[in-house]
Amino acid sequence: MKFTLSWLKDHFDTVASLDEIVDKLTMIGLEVEHVEDKSAQLKPFVIASVISAEKHPNADRLRVCMVDIGQVAKGEKPIQVVCGAPNARTGMKSVFSPAGTFIPGKNITLTVGNIRGVESHGMLCSEAELMLSEDHDGIIDLPADAPVGTPYVDYAGAAEPVIEINLTPNRSDCTSVNGIARDLGATLIGDYRENAPKRIEGKFPCPVKVTLDFGATHPLCPAFGLRLVRGVKNGPSPEWLQKRLTAIGLRPINALVDITNYMTFDRGRPLHVFDAKKVKGHLTVRRAENGETLLALDGKTYTLDTAMCVIADEKGVESLAGIMGGEESGCDENTTDVLIESALWDPFNIAQTGRKLGINTDARYRFERGVDPNFMVPGLELATAMVMDLCGGEPSEILVAGDPTPKELVIDYPVSELERLVGIKLSQTETRRTLERLGFFAAGQGERMKVAVPSWRPDVHGRADIVEELVRIAGVDKVPSTPFPRGANARKPVLTTIQGRTRKAKRALAARGMTEAVTWSFVSKREAELFGGGKPELALANPIAAELSDMRPSLLAGLIASAQKNADRGYPDVALFEVGQIFKGDKPEDQFIAATGLRRALAKASGAGRHWSGKASPVDVFDAKADAFAVLAGAGAPVQALQIVPGAPAWFHPGRSGTIQIGPQNVIGHFGELHPSLLAALKVDGPLAGFEVILDNIPVAKAKPTRAKPLLELSAFQPVERDFAFVVESKVKAADVVRAAQNVDKKLIVGVTVFDVYEGTGIEPGKKSVAIAVTIQPRDKTMTDAEIEALAGKIVAEVSKRTGGVLRG
Amino acid sequence: MTVHGVAMSDIAKLESDLLAAVSAAKDETALEAVRVGALGKSGSISALLKTLGSMTPDERKEKGPAINGLKDRVGAAIATARETLASAALNARLASETVDVTLPLRDTPAEIGRVHPISQVIDELTAIFSDMGFAVAEGPDIETDDYNFTKLNFPEGHPAREMHDTFYFPQKSDGSRLLLRTHTSPVQVRTMLSQKPPIRVICPGRTYRSDSDQTHTPMFHQVEGLVIDKTSHLGHLKWILEEFCKAFFEVDSVKMRFRPSFFPFTEPSMEVDIQCRRDKGEIRFGEGNDWLEILGCGMVHPNVLRNCGLDPEEYQGFAWGMGIDRIAMLKYGMNDLRAFFEADVRWLNHYGFRPLDFPTLAGGLSS
Repeated sequence: MKFTLSWLKDHFDTVASLDEIVDKLTMIGLEVEHVEDKSAQLKPFVIASVISAEKHPNADRLRVCMVDIGQVAKGEKPIQVVCGAPNARTGMKSVFSPAGTFIPGKNITLTVGNIRGVESHGMLCSEAELMLSEDHDGIIDLPADAPVGTPYVDYAGAAEPVIEINLTPNRSDCTSVNGIARDLGATLIGDYRENAPKRIEGKFPCPVKVTLDFGATHPLCPAFGLRLVRGVKNGPSPEWLQKRLTAIGLRPINALVDITNYMTFDRGRPLHVFDAKKVKGHLTVRRAENGETLLALDGKTYTLDTAMCVIADEKGVESLAGIMGGEESGCDENTTDVLIESALWDPFNIAQTGRKLGINTDARYRFERGVDPNFMVPGLELATAMVMDLCGGEPSEILVAGDPTPKELVIDYPVSELERLVGIKLSQTETRRTLERLGFFAAGQGERMKVAVPSWRPDVHGRADIVEELVRIAGVDKVPSTPFPRGANARKPVLTTIQGRTRKAKRALAARGMTEAVTWSFVSKREAELFGGGKPELALANPIAAELSDMRPSLLAGLIASAQKNADRGYPDVALFEVGQIFKGDKPEDQFIAATGLRRALAKASGAGRHWSGKASPVDVFDAKADAFAVLAGAGAPVQALQIVPGAPAWFHPGRSGTIQIGPQNVIGHFGELHPSLLAALKVDGPLAGFEVILDNIPVAKAKPTRAKPLLELSAFQPVERDFAFVVESKVKAADVVRAAQNVDKKLIVGVTVFDVYEGTGIEPGKKSVAIAVTIQPRDKTMTDAEIEALAGKIVAEVSKRTGGVLRG
Repeated sequence: MTVHGVAMSDIAKLESDLLAAVSAAKDETALEAVRVGALGKSGSISALLKTLGSMTPDERKEKGPAINGLKDRVGAAIATARETLASAALNARLASETVDVTLPLRDTPAEIGRVHPISQVIDELTAIFSDMGFAVAEGPDIETDDYNFTKLNFPEGHPAREMHDTFYFPQKSDGSRLLLRTHTSPVQVRTMLSQKPPIRVICPGRTYRSDSDQTHTPMFHQVEGLVIDKTSHLGHLKWILEEFCKAFFEVDSVKMRFRPSFFPFTEPSMEVDIQCRRDKGEIRFGEGNDWLEILGCGMVHPNVLRNCGLDPEEYQGFAWGMGIDRIAMLKYGMNDLRAFFEADVRWLNHYGFRPLDFPTLAGGLSS
């Protein structure tokens, strides 16, 4: 919403400065986004008389102009300017800028030039060069009486500060200068002037009848006012009106159209004018028929449907209700009889239609926010007065179809509500004054007031809204900051289990040298499908780009793409991780938090890339496994109870991947090297090793009554370590060998580690040697050699039984 | 010369010969040979010692001390020489083991790894607000229209809905369609529906709007706060936000400006600007004459309370919301939001945080 300072002052008597006004506007909730004050920049552009304009001796399209900016009368010489504008002519009045002037529309500073052998000491300017409009068809052509030597901005009124408000969508009343003035008036920095419209007597009945015809459907037009003014003379509107419209970025068209635009901004009352001679028969306000079309005033043809509201005559649709008029019945300089429409429309319907057709107009902007129903007829009176004033003519009586009268809203307002919600008190007098200056009517004494809401405030519904009115006018800065006690509750952890796991997983992975990435929650359909997703219910109906179309089923897609981008930038050895949401369906319980990591090329946990301390080796399945276990341990998973099963989903290398689970029903994650076909499908290079852990799937540890750790029992006896090497089938899992040994005596055997795995010379093909070190911790007494031998024998027997392993000779 | 006739001069000569041999021994083997030659079973000194028994008492009285002195001195010389040689040998070995200690180490993984600024800032927010008694609440990214809009008092077709460029999922057979939450406010709704007041929560999380430029990305992060009880008012909200800004930006004092504004779910609603000074692209908080908008807030709208089953005459409260990415940018000086989501390791390495630099109020949020 834009307006000029003088326009505001039409409705507002004040001695406050521009700065005070701007500050106050912001502090009452009408945030000033911008104050444009062109006067300083445009001072050097002065009105000039073109004494002569002769053809350039060396160029057909250029003219050599001699220019007077008032110096000639003082006996000085005219200024010579070379000008390329087609409209430059002897005797015209235009705008001149001397050398040294900054030209905002061209972003250059003028210098004395020599154009094809003729010196040029400045420039005759177009409006576009001053950035006053888009008009660059020729140099500014001013009336003969324009005062030579005066800065053009002063003459044109363009120097006035233009204030732009970033209006919140609730304040339909402030889509007008009048409404803004009323709001400001409540602050006491000035007084609002109401300028109530006068009733204009109709000389004859309105000959065009209006029918509101919605049949059994929801009516889209509560009321419609119409008046004919005949015998008008349409033409350019007066300069003051043109200047105001231009200042806020509107293009003057003709008086009748300019009046409707002026009413829109001055009073927030959009109107429409029909050329009565182009309207055939009576008007019907109705829903459009499917497929009906309208050539609108913007020159485009729109195809309509039954959800849209139109105004039609006997020929067909003449106007898209509340949004834009039709070209066919529009007013031009030949219009002699004008029908002025002032109506009310269903705000929801206007918004819907506007959105569907992609039309944004000043009328739509106001109707979809809600206009003042009580001003429908006064607005028509005011417009009539302006038409008669600017174009003459004789008005008909006003015809009103429907009933614009709104339901009156009276709010039962307890005075203590302000203190309850805001923490400040206002006196009765102050409360009453603020509300009444805003146009509310306040009745009652003491604690309970009755507050009647004005018809222009559709945003005010209840007590909280009244509180807002009072506090914004009093100033939120008056509300004292009040300490907020923590409360008497005991201090407890504030994170949920999953939040705690998320936080620990991030730190655990970063501590392994990985870098946390935050990638888009959406991936391409193809990526989603490659990682087991791609369900139709997880595809966005309106994605911002094709490659961001589906909710991600895995974080790997984003990490793989990111790793490749880093490699393309020259950083091949990257270790990335992300902890975030993945989507298996569209219900809240289908959203999981995954911790996922990816290592590329030489990005080992021990260090990335080549180093003098050892040979660089590529990342592999065990890097991924170690990362996964770092997350699991960090997130508090029962690491001892986890099973590792060879193999993982299709995007992993089938022989170099594993699944982490607690029983087949509870899969917690996967790790491994990524499948070469996946890399090919994604057009990325490897090697890549990664893991995915679903943090939600980690079982929750039982709550313990105390934080004390289990009692520590330190044995007085030396532990004994025994090594065994078993020859087993190659396919036998090392974990099974370890578990068999471990299970022989869970009390005495406190550790089993695999210290060598060997295949090759000395071992039969198809078999391997697995060497384990078993730590035996005597409990009550030192063990004799015979006891240790007996235990060793049991270990050999058990491993042999479970794995078919034979002690290596 | 007879056996008895060993002359004192011979003893002296033997001593000087043996001492010369000791000092001439180049290594422990040579020294051992000298020892055996002198003190071994058939060594020269051992032979002399054997003669003592057959000497006359007078002779023994004269030569005994001389021979024993010879044995002690030569023995001592051998011991000293042995020590010297052992020490020289050790030094030689150590010298041969010298390495180039200037060779660079690999960086410790915990020094290489980085936590994303968004995670760090969420941890900072949690530290500050948990100290004020707030818990952390979360909810799903895929939401219903009801939770994202209707319950939050966005009337159907209201222009305020258009301020949110919403991502939608395909329409279902019953005509409903799910969406990606445009703010974290649905979490407030879920909290009010599932928990009895008093409520104090912050809701950090991912949010989505169909928008893309230097300061807008289709995905971003918000944190909202919610207090519901029977007494909390706008004055408390101001205090909380002031305390938050001081703690978060790590300044002793900061001026804030509360401007009335509009959000469908709060009434009264405000936008909050924070005092700052812009200096060559750098923003300093707690000083200067500029204002920078950082958040929106207000008293929870009675309709929202009602929609969540709370009686607005009995309960009241406030809510606020801000962009996590935005406050991270303001505090840590990043200038392009898009870089947050590009996973460029150069950017992450520069703007990210070490895993052990965990933000706490006790140890400092960002030290």
